[in-house]
Amino acid sequence: MAVPGVCLQDFPLWSGGPTPGHFYNFPGNSKMNTGKSHTMYPSTSGTSVVGLVYDGGVMLAADSLGSYGSLARFRDVKRLFKVTDKAALACSGDIADYQFIREVIEQKVRDDVCGGYTRELNAGALHCWLTRVLYNRRSRFDPLWLECVVAGYKDDEPFLGYVDKIGTAFEAKEVATGFGLHFAVPMIREAREKKQNLSCDEARKLLTECLKVLYYRDCRAHFKYQLADITPEGVTIHDDLNLKKETNWEVANYISGYE
Amino acid sequence: MMEVVDNSYPGFQFSNFARNENLVAKGFPMPNSRKTGTTIAGIVFKDGVVLGADTRATEGDIIADKNCSKIHYLQPNMYCCGAGTAADLEMTTQLMASQLELHRLNTGRQVPVVAANRMLKQMLFRYQGYIGAALVLGGVDKHDSHIYSIHPHGSTDRLPYTTMGSGSLAAMSVFESRWKPNMEAKEAKQLVRDAIAGGVFNDLGSGSNIDLCIITKDGATMIRPYDVANVKGQRQGKYEYKRGTTEVLSTTVRPIQIVAETVKKVTVEEMDTA
Repeated sequence: MAVPGVCLQDFPLWSGGPTPGHFYNFPGNSKMNTGKSHTMYPSTSGTSVVGLVYDGGVMLAADSLGSYGSLARFRDVKRLFKVTDKAALACSGDIADYQFIREVIEQKVRDDVCGGYTRELNAGALHCWLTRVLYNRRSRFDPLWLECVVAGYKDDEPFLGYVDKIGTAFEAKEVATGFGLHFAVPMIREAREKKQNLSCDEARKLLTECLKVLYYRDCRAHFKYQLADITPEGVTIHDDLNLKKETNWEVANYISGYE
Repeated sequence: MMEVVDNSYPGFQFSNFARNENLVAKGFPMPNSRKTGTTIAGIVFKDGVVLGADTRATEGDIIADKNCSKIHYLQPNMYCCGAGTAADLEMTTQLMASQLELHRLNTGRQVPVVAANRMLKQMLFRYQGYIGAALVLGGVDKHDSHIYSIHPHGSTDRLPYTTMGSGSLAAMSVFESRWKPNMEAKEAKQLVRDAIAGGVFNDLGSGSNIDLCIITKDGATMIRPYDVANVKGQRQGKYEYKRGTTEVLSTTVRPIQIVAETVKKVTVEEMDTA
């Protein structure tokens, strides 16, 4: 019996249940069937992060640039942060998602401290948790657009891990994201081939060298950077480091024209 | 009804383009062209140039050739490394080599490296990037030592050091940290070797051995291979069974007996060309 101008929606047959002919949002699963699409691209983004394990700790470095597409918009973004005395985290990708996950993690650490939980969050646990969160988000088509590097200690062993926006996660002795994968990782591997265990100074020099090469060859890199050094004693973050003075543009004298 | 291919125009024919697009849409897999994957590099040093290349040729995910030569001869004072589609590289460099030889005979003097650069870029631009050839051209002539990088669409750059191919980023990271002007020969060879090794070990499209070519005003030296970076493993033992492992219990010999012999003439059948 079709009454003109009136459809089934005006007289719900029951309240709070499925409406015939429409998607039903099951309770507890808020995002699945709304038909909304979430932003699937980063807006303000950070470029590569590089990390390596050396003899006596782990070191992480990331530059301080937040790019808005091809605009170098925010030149003092702190993409590296200390989680606890045993872990540090650096992210590349969307800065908004990084800030969100940082606040969640900081709250988590605060809850642990206030709740009297004596075992502080270590790098391995953080890595595992982050993998699950990022994988779950991607499975719900609502990813956090991040490539994270987790560095620190796990049960007295140095730990360095990588987690992706799609949930790819692995541990390695040298890890990088973005262009760092193509430029920095070969450099670190080559250095390690010559000397298995790098000292603290050698590791720092190598990381600075990697960031310098990235500044030369990555369009979205910057010369201001942060460096984190995680040792059994704790986490030291060096902010506002500048590699501009170390760049060598002498090669420009040998280039003129294209032929 | 089959369309006759129009052979009156030189160059690429695009008449099958619509048909190919249609086939791909229907699920027909396009055959993979054989690419060279590749890490190639070239630097200018004190006495000339050093060119380096890996030796792996890939066809999709398979290694088509474990030891192919990517440093191509152009002239006694000029060699060219190639990345991209293997066929295009071979044909282009061979064509260039003959054109340059004709040029040399015509002018009666050593061909300058800019000539090769100019001829290559004019040809590649004419084909608008459809010839998939990315080249590192290096040579020494009476003016100077040169390294040029030439891209498939026809742009060229004259640089003191350059890399091309899928492993170019790994190789470039080595150059950016260690290149200096006026290096000695030994140092230069080691640098190029390390750059190619970076590509060989960190890029899946590059691998096997490292070839080097050193060009000075006295001539060119091709060192193939300079470094056998990936040695095939040695078998640890002999796995054959010794004679007598299987015990022979008894032997019976039954010769084939010829019962009858006939001769039959075989007539030649004409091929059906109707």
